Amino acid sequence: MSRVAIIDIGIGNIGSLANIIRKIGHEPFLIQIADDLEMYDRIILPGVGKFDAGMEILEAKKFDIMLKKLAKENRLIMGICLGMQLLFDCSEEGEKKGLGLISGNVKKFKFNDNTKVPHMGWNTITIEKKSLLTDSFVNNENRFYFVHSYHCCPKKEENILLSTFYGEKFVSAVHDNNILGVQFHPEKSHKFGMELLKNFMEKICYKPE
Amino acid sequence: MLQTRVIPTLLLKNRGLYKGEEFKKHRYIGDPINTIKIFNDKEVDEIIVLDIGSDLRPDFDYLQTITKEAFMPMCYGGGIQTLSDAQKLFYIGFEKISVNTLFFKNRIVVKEIIDTFGSQSVVLSIDVKKNIFGKYQVYSNCGKKKQKESLEKILEEAKEIGVGEILLTSIGHEGKMKGFALDLVQKVQNSINVPFIIHGGAASMNDLKEARAIGADALACGSMFVFQGIHRAVLITYHSFYQKDSNE
Repeated sequence: MSRVAIIDIGIGNIGSLANIIRKIGHEPFLIQIADDLEMYDRIILPGVGKFDAGMEILEAKKFDIMLKKLAKENRLIMGICLGMQLLFDCSEEGEKKGLGLISGNVKKFKFNDNTKVPHMGWNTITIEKKSLLTDSFVNNENRFYFVHSYHCCPKKEENILLSTFYGEKFVSAVHDNNILGVQFHPEKSHKFGMELLKNFMEKICYKPE
Repeated sequence: MLQTRVIPTLLLKNRGLYKGEEFKKHRYIGDPINTIKIFNDKEVDEIIVLDIGSDLRPDFDYLQTITKEAFMPMCYGGGIQTLSDAQKLFYIGFEKISVNTLFFKNRIVVKEIIDTFGSQSVVLSIDVKKNIFGKYQVYSNCGKKKQKESLEKILEEAKEIGVGEILLTSIGHEGKMKGFALDLVQKVQNSINVPFIIHGGAASMNDLKEARAIGADALACGSMFVFQGIHRAVLITYHSFYQKDSNE
C-alpha cells in the first residue's frame, strides 16, 4: 500500500478521488496545508473550475511555492483536469500565471462547425509516447470521461503522452520527468481510470536526486 | 471520437428510489445505493440522480453514501439553494449539479456557481409540457409551477449565464415508454450550443438512435433501465449506445 497526498483546497472532486484510491488498495491523504505536502513523494492536484480561481487558491494557501519546490526534488506530481492545466505557464481562460512546471499554454476549443464546447463525455485515447502510466493498456479499448472547454498545448512534443480527438486532435496527457497531467477524470472512468491510477501508484517510482 | 452518452436517471424520495409517469404516480422501485452499485458494475456512461422528495436541502449524508462506490460521472439535482450546497455536492463526489427551481428563483446563485466551478459543472434541467395549443411550456418545482418565460427565452438566458449542459424533460412523455418527444428535440437543437440531453419516454434502443439522429447529444432514460416487460417488473438493465440490443 502506498500513500498519496491529494491537494484538498476546495477546487476538485476530492471525494471521488479519495474513494477510488482506496478502492485500488492505496491510502489517500487529504492535504489542506501546504507544509504538510512535504511528507509525501506522490501528490495529486485535482481541479475543476476556472484557471484564475484555481491559481488564486493555490497562491493564497502557498501551495504554488511548495509544489514548485517539491517538483524540483523529483517528487511525483499528477494534475487532473484543471489540475493538469495549472501545471502550465498560462491559459487563455485567465490572466494569472500558472505553476510553470511544464512549458506551454492552455487554449480554448474553437470550432467553426457546430462541434459543441465543453467537450463532455467518454472519449478514446491514442498513445503518443510509451510510458509506465499506460503500458498496461491493451487493445486500445481504454476510454475516459472528459469535461473541459480548454486544452493544454505543451511547447515540447516530447512532453505529450496521450492525444484525443474532439473536432481536432488535442493533448490528453502530458509528462515532464516527474510531473504528469491528465485532462480526463480517471476517478470517474470506471476500470479504465482505476488502471491508470494503479499505474501511477505502483509503477511510477519516486527517484530522489 | 466522442461517444454518445446514455444516462440512467434515478428519482430519489425519502432515501428510496421511485419511478412515475408524467411526474406523478410515483411507485417505489428499490434501494438507491444498491441500484447505483448495479449501474456502476454495468459501467454506465453517467448517472443523474434527482431528489424529488421535497423542496428541502440536499440530503448530503445520504448522498455521500451513494457516491462512495460509484466510479462514474454523477450529476445531482434537487433542493440546491446556495453556492455552498453546490460546493458540498462537488466535495462528496458529484461533478455536476442540475438546477431547475433555483434557476427561476435565483439566477444570481446559478451564475455564482458557474463562476466558481465552471460552466461544465452546471446542468440546467428544463421540464416542459405541451399546452392545449400544442406549444411547449416550461415548468419548475418538479413540474408543479408553470413559468411565464418561453422555452426559447430560457434557452437564450441559459446561454447568457453560461450553463454547461441542458437536460430537457418532456413531462408528457416521462415514464410513458413510448419514445422521446422528437418534435421537441427538433425544435430546440439549433438553439442549444452546449451538450443537450433529452429525457422522457425512451423504451428501446431504437428510440435512443432516433433522438440522436435528429440532434440530441445525450440520451437520458428512467423506466427503460429499471422496468422489464409489459407488467413493468423491476429489473435493472443497461445498454450503451454502441452495444447491440439483445431485445431486437
